Amino acid sequence: MAKVVVVTSGKGGVGKTTSTAALGAALAQGGERVAVVDFDVGLRNLDLIMGAERRVVFDMINVIQGEAKLTQALIRDKRLESLFLLPASQTRDKDALTGEGVARVIAELRQSFDWVLCDSPAGIERGALLAMHHADIAVVVTNPEVSSVRDSDRIIGMLDSKTERAERGERIERHLLLTRYDQARAERGDMLKVEDVLDILSIPLLGIIPESQEVLRASNVGAPVTLNAPVSAPARAYTDAVRRLRGETVEMSIPSDRVGLVARLFGRRVA
Amino acid sequence: MSSILDLFRRRPTANLARERLQILLSHERASAGQEGLIITLREEILAVIARHVVVDRDQVQVKVERTGESSILEIDVTMPIPRAKLRAASC
Repeated sequence: MAKVVVVTSGKGGVGKTTSTAALGAALAQGGERVAVVDFDVGLRNLDLIMGAERRVVFDMINVIQGEAKLTQALIRDKRLESLFLLPASQTRDKDALTGEGVARVIAELRQSFDWVLCDSPAGIERGALLAMHHADIAVVVTNPEVSSVRDSDRIIGMLDSKTERAERGERIERHLLLTRYDQARAERGDMLKVEDVLDILSIPLLGIIPESQEVLRASNVGAPVTLNAPVSAPARAYTDAVRRLRGETVEMSIPSDRVGLVARLFGRRVA
Repeated sequence: MSSILDLFRRRPTANLARERLQILLSHERASAGQEGLIITLREEILAVIARHVVVDRDQVQVKVERTGESSILEIDVTMPIPRAKLRAASC
């Protein structure tokens, strides 16, 4: 039974696209059939982060308007044969993304994939609502920073009221993915701690992705961080998050890249 | 003025971030779905006042202070003394 996951946040720039790519790749690395879907019409970037930007021919709006078949628009990843990307349109009007059209595309993706990951645009407008509408599971990407936490709270409220599941009176599974976390700064009292964010948002924790230069390096070369640097701290954190998403029980930790005294003092305290 | 000493005097800020968020979000969650409440309250309160005195709408100040347990809504209405009464008082 396919699972539809929305990666959402409200605020922009917190790591939705990076996380969609990394989670999608990690799922495919585990043998699952995965489609990652870019919902950011006009500002697509998932193709770039996945390194598929030069192979985009058709997009979701072409599929919705009957100008291309879904199988023609899906781009197979060069490194993982069970990972596919459905790009967003860069040029079309946002209104071309209709509720009915999105419903058809998601229903068709459910037929051929184990996981469908929807990369939401920032904001709380129509695009974000369409991205979350059909989700069974939501991954709420949050930075340990006040504006990101506030916007995540808004998005959680919308997940509970505006999704198909909510409208049917069912609950949507929601998980927190805390990104760009800096353990040393949190220890010094200069960054919200994991527990602070969990206390405030009250949703279960899927994973803690440490701040790391490997994330930018991966986006520079156009590869999900779990593929580009599989043993790096963020890649290990994403891989653990995916195991939790698949229902495994994995002890929560904050992987660290740092070595030496600093790592021994701070880096592994909350392991 | 900042100096190198400030680096040593700096206080942790995460606690303040946490408190500000807790207060803000408790209010935002409670007020979801009643976005126009303050406007409605202002209009209805002013309507009552206007039944008895002339109110200059440019002289109405609305303030809200949100604290941990409650919100304080303050509506300041400046009520000019009618000229007839001013003359009567100066006689």
